[in-house]
Amino acid sequence: MSNSRNFIDKRNKTIISAILLVWGLVTVLPFLWMFLSSFKTNAEISQMTQSFLPKRWTFQNYENLFISGNFGVYLKNTLIITASSFFGLMLNAIAGYGFAKFNFFGKRILFLAVMATMMIPGQVTMIPVYLILNQVKLTNTLLGILLPGLVGAFSIFLFRQFMFNIPNSVIESARIEGAGEWYIFWHLVVPMSRPVIAVQGILTFIGGWNSFLWPLIIANNQKYYTLSVGLQLLQGQHTSDYGIQMAGSSFMVIPIIIIFLIFQKYILQGFSVQSEK
Amino acid sequence: MRKSLKSKLTPYTFVGPAIVLLLFFSLIPILIALFISFTNLNITGLGDWSSIKFIGLSNFINLFSDMTFLQSVSNTIYYVVIGVPLVVVLSLGAALMINYGQNKFFKLMRLIFYTPSITNTVAVAVVWTYMYNPNNGLINELLSKIGIPGLQWLNDPVTAKISLVILALWKGIGLNMLIFLAALQGIPKSLYEAAELDGANRWEQTKHITLPSLSFSIFFVLVTTLIGWFQFFDEPFVMTQGGPLNSTNSVALFVYQNGFQNSNFGYAAAASFVMFVAIIAATSIQFRIQKKQQGVS
Repeated sequence: MSNSRNFIDKRNKTIISAILLVWGLVTVLPFLWMFLSSFKTNAEISQMTQSFLPKRWTFQNYENLFISGNFGVYLKNTLIITASSFFGLMLNAIAGYGFAKFNFFGKRILFLAVMATMMIPGQVTMIPVYLILNQVKLTNTLLGILLPGLVGAFSIFLFRQFMFNIPNSVIESARIEGAGEWYIFWHLVVPMSRPVIAVQGILTFIGGWNSFLWPLIIANNQKYYTLSVGLQLLQGQHTSDYGIQMAGSSFMVIPIIIIFLIFQKYILQGFSVQSEK
Repeated sequence: MRKSLKSKLTPYTFVGPAIVLLLFFSLIPILIALFISFTNLNITGLGDWSSIKFIGLSNFINLFSDMTFLQSVSNTIYYVVIGVPLVVVLSLGAALMINYGQNKFFKLMRLIFYTPSITNTVAVAVVWTYMYNPNNGLINELLSKIGIPGLQWLNDPVTAKISLVILALWKGIGLNMLIFLAALQGIPKSLYEAAELDGANRWEQTKHITLPSLSFSIFFVLVTTLIGWFQFFDEPFVMTQGGPLNSTNSVALFVYQNGFQNSNFGYAAAASFVMFVAIIAATSIQFRIQKKQQGVS
């Protein structure tokens, strides 16, 4: 009896492994194809049937990205925006702490207002935000690109959830010893919140690196384009030059995959959404 | 006394900066959007405010006789109706299968399935556009190897929508799979041990223990996925610009085209509000159903 159960379990496991293997291969295939094609010459890429590996490896596509594709400028802008988004992360953490550990007049209604912004689709705010930024002359500036997405309700919410569980006694005893509120935040709360800061930090980096909609709307000048807007422009200009397109895509995707692989254990743990008890 | 006033103000210095930014870039814009949706604001009005006219419900009335808009609405409904159930079923299926084993292979699969979620939509849309190319794309080439004639993919109004859905599924499954996996790992082992003693097989255990324990996660994934598909934008924007023959245009893309390509800000704001109301309605229906189910069980 127990033997046949074991046999069934083993057989099931084999079937499931086989399904997962095929599914996994289909999932990686686009990445492999992108990466390998980025090293192919244009002559090879426009042939009807292609081999999977490049016949002759070339870095020409990557060189073209920076020579004719302006990717150096896009990279610089993207890095500035990504770095600045960490300032936003800090504002989120500070606000999360404020909501978790202070009692003040209007707290409930303010927190509800923050949560309500999560339901507002970007497409509804994009026109008015553009008009606001246009009014204060911030369109076509890097500041205008990064301001609208600087803080986010979901991040504030996650910080609040985590910091709520820091024992009040720790904070109280620091107060009794005469520590100021900001000293307590930077020297006690931040070190204790390392796990949530790690997850949020990585997601902030990924979000900044991938930012597309605001740069697309706010920047009219190539000088302020980010990598994703630049790549979209490149696709429009070099419609059939798939080599340079794949090089541009690889240039955007590979760094993120590397960072993800390094920090995966933090990211993969951060997704518990069970209802609060 | 002075100190107490200062300590009363301290909390606001913590929450203040974030709230001010959300106020200016999220809450106030909603009111502005509502206001301009009743006006004829366009590129002229931007330079000369006196030319902006209040036109009542005209924008909304025009929307519902605009064939492009109606087509975008029906495309968006198509995306939601096809996409949402597929995302939920496939990511739940992937999570259940990956949860079956604990060894390196299953851990690797978890990593692989998640990877598309973190990559840039523009970049992967560019890659998939190339793979979908009917002449030298990878997909038709692989199909021809197993004797299946290639399709036109993005160039045909019927297959174009499906092509975009496939890409969005490929990209969207990973994140939701992780949410399900986290929930699966939170189910107490003792429940399964008890069922094992009662002689329940793997399938019965899944049906009577696993799925009911996941109800909150399923609800969460359902709501967030639904909102996401209502706002479907990046894929059609990069891959098809809404074509061929408007067959892939979404409401979100319609808003962008009218707002930023044609500079009809008032008209676009009205369309964005129609979308907003649809999202709120669909979400609150789901909350109702969820409440009812909880009341029953």
